[in-house]
Order: sequence, then structure tokens, then C-alpha cells
Amino acid sequence: MNPLLPKKKSKVAGLITGLCVLGLALVLSMVLGQVSTPVKALVEAFTSYDPSSTEHIIITTTRISRTSIAMFMGASLAVAGALMQALTRNPLASPSIFGINAGALFFVVFATAFFSINSLVQLMWIAFLGAAVAAVMVFFLASLGRDSLSPIRIVLAGAAIAAFFSSLTQGLLVIDEQGLEEVLFWLGGSVAGRTLDMLLPLLPFIIGAGIVAMFLGNSINVLTSGEDIAKGLGQRVLLVKILMGIIIVLLAGSSVAVGGSIGFIGLIVPHLVRSLVGIDYRWIIPYCAVFGGTLLLLADVVARLAIVPEELPIGVMTAFIGVPLFISIARRVHRA
Amino acid sequence: MKKHTLLRSSSDKMSFLIEKKTLIILPVLLLFALILLIVGLSLGSTMIHPVTILKHALRINTSDYTFIIEVLRMPRMLLAFMAGGSLAVSGLILQGIVRNPLASPDIIGITGGAKVAAVLFITYFSAVSVHWLPVVAILGAGIASMIIYFLAWKRGVNPIRLVLIGIGFEAGMGALVTMMIVLGPTVTTSEAYIWLTGSVYGANWQDVSAMLPWALIFITAALLWARKINLLELGDDIALGLGSNVELNRFILIAISVALAGSAVAFAGGIGFVGLIAPHIARKLVGRSFGGLAPVAAIIGGLTVMSADVVARTLFLPLDLPAGVFVSLIGAPFFVFLLYRNRNM
Repeated sequence: MNPLLPKKKSKVAGLITGLCVLGLALVLSMVLGQVSTPVKALVEAFTSYDPSSTEHIIITTTRISRTSIAMFMGASLAVAGALMQALTRNPLASPSIFGINAGALFFVVFATAFFSINSLVQLMWIAFLGAAVAAVMVFFLASLGRDSLSPIRIVLAGAAIAAFFSSLTQGLLVIDEQGLEEVLFWLGGSVAGRTLDMLLPLLPFIIGAGIVAMFLGNSINVLTSGEDIAKGLGQRVLLVKILMGIIIVLLAGSSVAVGGSIGFIGLIVPHLVRSLVGIDYRWIIPYCAVFGGTLLLLADVVARLAIVPEELPIGVMTAFIGVPLFISIARRVHRA
Repeated sequence: MKKHTLLRSSSDKMSFLIEKKTLIILPVLLLFALILLIVGLSLGSTMIHPVTILKHALRINTSDYTFIIEVLRMPRMLLAFMAGGSLAVSGLILQGIVRNPLASPDIIGITGGAKVAAVLFITYFSAVSVHWLPVVAILGAGIASMIIYFLAWKRGVNPIRLVLIGIGFEAGMGALVTMMIVLGPTVTTSEAYIWLTGSVYGANWQDVSAMLPWALIFITAALLWARKINLLELGDDIALGLGSNVELNRFILIAISVALAGSAVAFAGGIGFVGLIAPHIARKLVGRSFGGLAPVAAIIGGLTVMSADVVARTLFLPLDLPAGVFVSLIGAPFFVFLLYRNRNM
């Protein structure tokens, strides 16, 4: 398949356009909602803040945290998905399909039920741990054996891990009905009702992992051309793989930790990006970050406005976009 | 000594190839099931001595425990057994068709459809009698599998494509369920949640008699189509070459598998992993010829869910947990083990 933007210049232009769209999505996310504010109020909230104005308070408290969380989450999920697809050489790989979200969710529910941990910041770290555990399990299972990369095996492994964790979660929630209410938003995934304090401790990880991912672009290109070739070219394959694994856990884990189980961003965005810029990971990774952030921001805006005064869980929104795509990819992968 | 016994009808329309050891293993398993039934009947918040139960069963001495034995525990155990058996045979068929030992109705999206239909029913139509729940769930499973089958069709159905699409579809169904639970009222959502995990809590004789025909008819059907499965397991080309109508047989077998999974989910909720592990244990015990495999898998599946339910309702008294949790506790590590075993597949 020929990429839509074959030349370097057009790729740069595309990225700049993407950034502009991201900026637009940021503004939309800041002003739209149950109480929509004019753009003028947005500017004023930062230049001349007026503590008596409701609009300013909404913007500087809920909207700003929600917007930045959605942006960083979307970006990290998309980059994590791209790396997973490269690492497993499987076009269907993504954090939600591989049970990472389910693992994080189980750890959260377990902690609330048995250790009565209620502080959101603590729960976040626990979610992080759960994501890491699930990721390590799936990668371990997938890397066993000779033909470790066959897509069906790894997808099945992920599906089983997801099924395992979610049935344990369900069991715990049945025992602890009180807990059900508290963790409902982790179930559906949400970027609402969180404060910036929750994002800040994770930001260094997200940004750090993102930067390392950018620098790995070239090595990933070599790796995706085949492990033997990569070895022949003198690459330390194991090192690259381990680095990729760490980045995936950091990115996917921290996004689940902040916003719960939001699926399919990590699946959709890399495919979209590849159709634009081809298979060069030096381009794919920055594009994924920009597009992932934009997509989740827009999904969140729609989730807010779709059924006012209630909100759709954003994870449901992304699943509605993602599932048809997953199925069409699955149809393409296995031509009979 | 010949390893297999061949049973053949006079017109040659039907035949069963059965490994000899099946004839020993089957009665032993049935005995196990009987013992487990008695143990299960005696355990609970009111302990009843097994001898009392035997006396009760033989009508020597119908005790004061009639209510507990006949109304509370018996239907529950039977329902668990049937649900487990149906899921096991359903999984066995799927694994044969897909030619992949890791397939099962809960992983490839068939039960997902049933779950969505049932949760929709529980949360939004709570006024309608709950007796319609099974019908709704079976309908959901049927529609879901038709969609999956249709999406996987591309000049015939490729098994791997079927599984991959099923997994994607299951994820979508999961999102729908989550949406309904998050948006629905709390009272009904916790009810829906219990059902989702898989529970035979509060089963009565009405449920048992409603489920029995489904299980009987479709497990028998699975037996009748048994040899077709052994053919399909050889691969589409060989099966075609041997004169099997591959697409038709595959369709019929999937329909049987869906009916079994759908009815099990309808009555016992989303119990996972039975359809996955029971067929494997059965194959270990009696080999690959399907005639003996189906009944053995059914009994093992039944035993699994029945014992999981006994543990679930007695271990944390007075809490009565959903059986599905305990099935997963055994099932998931077993699955990991299977992946490890088949690592070079």
C-alpha cells in the first residue's frame, strides 16, 4: 500500500497540519460541554482570571485537567499501540486487546475491596502496577516457542488474560457492591473528574518514554524488517525489544492509571498513521502521538455532548470506532 | 487388541468410532458425578449427613430436609451440571472446527452476544418476567454468531479469520455491556453484574426443566455429527477430497455449538473457560475420536461447574459467590499452561 504522504516535505507539512488540528481540538475541548463557554472566556481565564466568574472556574479546574489528561492519554495509548504492533509484528496488537486494561482494572478493584484504598492517587499507582503485570504476562506468553509471533496465538493469549482478569474483577465486585460504584468509571474509562495532580506525577514517565520512543524509531525500522536481518546488521535485538517493552508498559500503564480502561485508540491510530506516512517508525511515532491525542480529545468532546446531561463512557465511544476497524483488519490479514 | 470399537447403524448413515478405554472411563466419570452430587447436596450452611441424603433419595426416610435438598440444592446442582456440559461440548466443537486448541465460545464472541442481550433485558426491561431471559440470551448468541460468521465469510469461512473477528466482536460487546452498566440504575446493574460473572444462584426446577431439552437435543446432535468433526479436523482440503460438504457441515456444527453455548449462558450466565478446558481434559482421557469424546467432555464440563459452584457457595459462608469466578480461577492458569504446551504449534 502506498502511503498518502510519500515525500519528506509532505510528511513535515502533514505533521504541522496535525498539530494545528490538535490545537483546534484542544480549544474545542476547553470550551464545549454541559456549560459551553465562549472562546473569549477561555483566553480571559488565563490572561485576566476572575475568581467570581463561573466560566473561568470551570475552565481552570475541570476543563483544563480533563483536556490535558485526554491529550496525554491518547498520545501515549497510540504510541504504545504502534510499538506493540511493531514488537509483535501483529497488526491487531493494542493495549486493550492484550488485556493490559483488564489487568490494571483488576488491581484497582482488588485494592479498593481488600485494602480499602480510596485515594485516587494511590489507586493510580496500583493501576500502573496491574498494567505492568498483565503486559509482562502477555509478552512472556507470546515470546514462548519458535513461532512466537503468529498473530492468532498472541491475540488469543491476550484475550484469555483479559477474560481472566475481568472475571476476577466481576467476582470481587459481586462481593463488594459498594466498590462497584466507586470503580465504575475505571470500567468504562473516563477522563472526567480527575485533577491535574493525578497527571503530574506520571508526566515525566509519559514524556520520557515518548522521547525514548522517538529515538528508537530507526532501530524499530531495522527490527521490523526481521529479527535475523536486524542481527545481521549488528543490532542488539534483545536490548531494543526490552526497551520497547518498557516503553509500552510505561505508556499504556500510566494512561490506564489516569483514565481507566479506554480501548482501541492504540489500535486505530497506528493504522491510520501508517496509511499516511508508510512504515517508517521515525515518522509513525510522532504522528501517532499527535493523532492519538487529537482523536481522544474529540472522542471525549462527543462523549460529553452525546446524551446531555449524562456522559457516555469514553471507552465505549472509542470501542464503537475501533471494533469495526479491528474486524476489517482481521478480514484483511487472513485472506483465505 | 484393537484400540477402537466401531458402532454402526445398519444403513451406514450413522457410525461411532469409540476408543475402548472410553467404555471404562465413562462409567467412572458418571460415578464421580454422583458422588459429587451427594457431597454437594450435603454441604452448605445447614450440613446434612450424606447417609440422610441417600435415605432420602431411596425414599426410605424422607427427612425434614426435603426443602433444602429438593428445592434449594438439587436444581442448582443439576443446572450447574447441564450448563457445564453444554459449554464443554460447545467448546469441543469449536476447537475441532477452528483446528485450534485455544478456541472456546466465551473467547470468540458467541457468549458476548448473549451477555449484551441479557444485560439489556435486565437493566431496561426489568418489568417483564425474568422467565424470558433465556430466550433473550439465546437470541443474542444466535444473532452474534450470525454476524461473526457473516463477517468472517469471504468465499468460505477461514477458521483463523473467524476467531480473530470473534475476539474483536467480543471486545465490542464488552463495551456495550459496560455502557449499559455505567448508565443503568445501580440496583439493576449489580443484578446484571452477578449474572455476567456466571451464577446458578436461586435455580429452581422450572429452570432445570426448561434447560434440559436444549442440552439433550443439541448434545445428541453433536454426537450425530461427530464424525464430521473428525473429518474437518484434517483440514478443509482433505475433508473436501474425502467427499465432505465442508461449508455445510461447518455451518451445522457452529449452529449446534451456538445453541449449546447460548442456552448455557441463558441459564447460568457468563461462565468462562469451561468450554476451553473440559475438551482438553477429555482428549487426554479418551483420545481424539469424537464419538467418545463428546460425552466425556460433557461430563467433565458438568463436574467442573458443579464443583466450582459447591466451592463458591460454601467457602465463604454466608456469602454466596458466583460459580464463574472459581471456574476462571482454575481455567485461566490452565489456559496459560495450554499456551505454554502448544508453544511450538
